[in-house]
Amino acid sequence: MARFSLHDGDLQPELLRQELQHPGCGGYAAFEGWVRDFNDGRSVLRLEYEAFAPLALREGERILAEAQQRFGVERLRCAHRVGPLAIGQLAVWVGVSAAHRGEAFDACRYIIDEVKHRVPIWKKEYYEDGDSGWVNCERCAVGSPAVHEQPPVQGTR
Amino acid sequence: MQRDKAALPYAGRSQLARAMALLAPEVERSFVSVRGDQLTDPTRTAFDTIADLKSDLGPIAGIQAALHAHPDRAWLVLACDLPFLDTATLRHLIAHRDSSRIATAYRSNFDGLPEPLCAIFEPRSLPIIEQSISQGQHCPRALLARSDVTLLDLPNARALDNINTGQEYAAAVNALSAAREVPADAPRPAPSDALRRLSVRYFALLREQAGRSSEVVHTQAATPRELYAELQRRHGLSLAPEFLRVAVNDEFGDWRVPLADGDSVVFLPPVAGG
Repeated sequence: MARFSLHDGDLQPELLRQELQHPGCGGYAAFEGWVRDFNDGRSVLRLEYEAFAPLALREGERILAEAQQRFGVERLRCAHRVGPLAIGQLAVWVGVSAAHRGEAFDACRYIIDEVKHRVPIWKKEYYEDGDSGWVNCERCAVGSPAVHEQPPVQGTR
Repeated sequence: MQRDKAALPYAGRSQLARAMALLAPEVERSFVSVRGDQLTDPTRTAFDTIADLKSDLGPIAGIQAALHAHPDRAWLVLACDLPFLDTATLRHLIAHRDSSRIATAYRSNFDGLPEPLCAIFEPRSLPIIEQSISQGQHCPRALLARSDVTLLDLPNARALDNINTGQEYAAAVNALSAAREVPADAPRPAPSDALRRLSVRYFALLREQAGRSSEVVHTQAATPRELYAELQRRHGLSLAPEFLRVAVNDEFGDWRVPLADGDSVVFLPPVAGG
């Protein structure tokens, strides 16, 4: 069963959490990413996620497999929203169960960090002043002074 | 054939535009050599031009004018009636250039003589060319045949086939535009020879700038890098390639890996999930 998924409707954490239950697990950690009403000093009204699904699913699965290998955890799950989202809505959910809490926390942190950097999902923010913009893209025009392998990830929520 | 061969269209582009698109990524700068009476021809003036210094001498006057204009540069001279020319042929020539000779050229498949119009002329060739002109000898092929040149065998035997009759033109248009429809047992052009049919998908900022989420592109672009440069020009895409990643057939790919006919390509803007 797929452990990384994309959804165009509400994520259901209580169902996702059930997938992680296992008699050998004494710890469970989860991370929820919510839509925040400001970013980079600007007031955000809503946002929209877009994904290149075939590669996003594959890269997401790879991240979960890496986390399992690295931290020896039992079960892992990540679900990400696509489409329009309102302030306060759940955008991404990560959950990990393990024999002990330490590796569950560590794996959870690893997964969300890698997902933000590697999975082909894009976020468009709509601002209060009527403007909108694709996060991380606006400073990458031809002739931009700084050249990064991957531009710095902006803080979210 | 009475028609201007530079303006002949193949898959919607003039032969000149196709030749310049092939050449430009391989060299420092590219120019179109023009006669005095071609200085206002729109097919040619879309590019930087160098006008002949002498009239009625044929191609040798163009080579002379180029070497005069930038005497410290070697010149890759290219005829504009080579519809089968490909990037591999240009790169092979450049890679095997011998700057200690006056020129590096391909050996003709027909007569074994040097092909002067897909060749690199070194700065040291200028006096020899001018001497030849002053002696009334205007054939660049004969000039190379009696000079100290490096001769290469063509990596792709058909690359320098030119067209001189309407029939040859029709055959070339057919071969280039129907490259995908050939039956499996028919002789196929080398992969780098034909136009590739690629499907391109756009996401996020690139989708908005391209004004579409996908398209099918018929192109001579051999790598994702060349394809992005072409699409950037066509659609005015603002993102510099160093900020992007590329996916070929739904998997992360390399900018320099050769593309194959039928590949699907996605240029990935900086991501922002989570």
